[in-house]
Amino acid sequence: MRTLVAPGRSRTGYAIALTITTIVVTAVFVLPLVWVVVSAMKPAVELARVPPTVLPLTWQPETYVEAWRLMDLGRYFLNTIVVAVGTWAVQLAVDVPAAYALSRLKPVLGKGILGMMLLTLMMPAAVLLVPTYLTIADLGLLDNPVALWLLGAANAFTVFLLKRFFDQLPVEVLEAAKIDGAGQLTLLWRIVLPLSRPILAVVSIFAVVAAWKDFIWPLLVFSDPARQTLSVALQRFAPDTPVNLMLAGLVLAGAPVVGLFLVFQRHVLAGLTAGGVKG
Amino acid sequence: MRRRVAENLTAYGFLSAALLCFAVFSWYPIARGVVLGFQQVDFVAAPAWVGWENFERLFADPLFAVAWRNTLLFTVLALVFGFAVPFLLAVVLNELRHFKAYFRLVVYLPVMLPPVVAALVWKWLYDPGPGLLNTALRGLGLPGLGWLDDTSTSMLSLVLVATWANLGTATLVYLAALQSIPGELYEAAELDGAGVLRRLWHVTVPQTRFVLLVLLLLQIVATMQVFTEPYVMTGGGPQDSTVTVLLLLYRYAFYYNDFGTASALSLLLLLVLGAFTALYLRVTRRVDA
Repeated sequence: MRTLVAPGRSRTGYAIALTITTIVVTAVFVLPLVWVVVSAMKPAVELARVPPTVLPLTWQPETYVEAWRLMDLGRYFLNTIVVAVGTWAVQLAVDVPAAYALSRLKPVLGKGILGMMLLTLMMPAAVLLVPTYLTIADLGLLDNPVALWLLGAANAFTVFLLKRFFDQLPVEVLEAAKIDGAGQLTLLWRIVLPLSRPILAVVSIFAVVAAWKDFIWPLLVFSDPARQTLSVALQRFAPDTPVNLMLAGLVLAGAPVVGLFLVFQRHVLAGLTAGGVKG
Repeated sequence: MRRRVAENLTAYGFLSAALLCFAVFSWYPIARGVVLGFQQVDFVAAPAWVGWENFERLFADPLFAVAWRNTLLFTVLALVFGFAVPFLLAVVLNELRHFKAYFRLVVYLPVMLPPVVAALVWKWLYDPGPGLLNTALRGLGLPGLGWLDDTSTSMLSLVLVATWANLGTATLVYLAALQSIPGELYEAAELDGAGVLRRLWHVTVPQTRFVLLVLLLLQIVATMQVFTEPYVMTGGGPQDSTVTVLLLLYRYAFYYNDFGTASALSLLLLLVLGAFTALYLRVTRRVDA
């Protein structure tokens, strides 16, 4: 397709542009990550050398094992998984029926409710920090992942994406099922959900990634070190952990998300453009 | 009639859990936030009405002006980098016919990393001694910088991290927008004798104007709430050069347990961000309708 620069005008020019872009993009986005992965295997003494060694003089891959053990990363992984999976499950369980009701059952005041929900998108998250924190405290949900699950369920963007998708489902299919005597719950479970796989995938990825990346809410909710998520624990460890162990810990914390991304990249990137501009 | 009632009952049954979650974790906190701004609240005594006292305390705090100035600096710098760079990157990537999948993947990779991980990795890359950045600068024959340790570069350093970590989203959204520009427009402009830069300015920019505007507004709202990078990387230092509004709010609430003053600051932030959010809604509604 025709773009800004006429194609095929100058082969050398294109080759130069391609080479420069590849080098710059790789240097900026890949090099730092590779640098951390390799540097974590240098002894702490070697990491203090100026200029730094390119490859470790002494290879210590066991640093990764030691970091995992010393920082008890397994526990924080588990805590983070509990938060992320719980947020995802509760968000779907709460928001799918709500979006379905708003889209298909059109109850009295439905439009007003949707408007009230979308209104919360206008609220900058930072502004609600203190009152929401105090509300969580009042409910006795501090140090409890349930606080983050419920907080995640009040997600107007998810409701909006789901409702917009349900709006476009063919009426005939639903009517036919209704004539067969199916109740609304059966309809939702048997007919609507199987048809909604694409949007459920998008919403699920958004939910899990957002929960995994979140820092400020887990920081506020979990003051008990044993319940903290990876992000909160790592920044707590950072000041007094030897550099090589810290770097190994960071790599271990980042690896699963990067790995999942590499596996599911098509879905992630498709979801980005589907709901992208508004997300 | 009876069927209509039954349908409504079912609908509200489906809605009940969501209504409860929104009520407790969104609607009620919004209202409560406004009230809190005018109260004295700590975990010791019962909340007491104090009028404008919280706001007066804020205005008397020398850090208040510093925090707003820093936040503004962060927002402006983040616009210069975070707005221009992804757009130009998308324009360049859109011209390239090779390694398309690789570029997309790599540019978006940092977006997947938890911000704390990115911040801690960069804190190490910024190390003035053995850090990768100063090593690269020295390799080019340039003097190293103080990065996070120097008041003149500390905020810039935070902006660079935030940009690195988030630019993938904007780049891919721009790429999608660029691909929907009809090729004939470029051909016509070329026939009229417009060079590459004029085509960029008179075809590419107007054709993606809507997406550019939406992301601009979203970015302003997001960057003015910056917290993780200063909290993790500098703690507000050196010499308060990276104390942002949100960091100050966090200190009031969770260091001093002064939730009233923190809420007053929230309300001021809401006032500023509300203007941008309203603008964003106007822009998007006009296109949706």
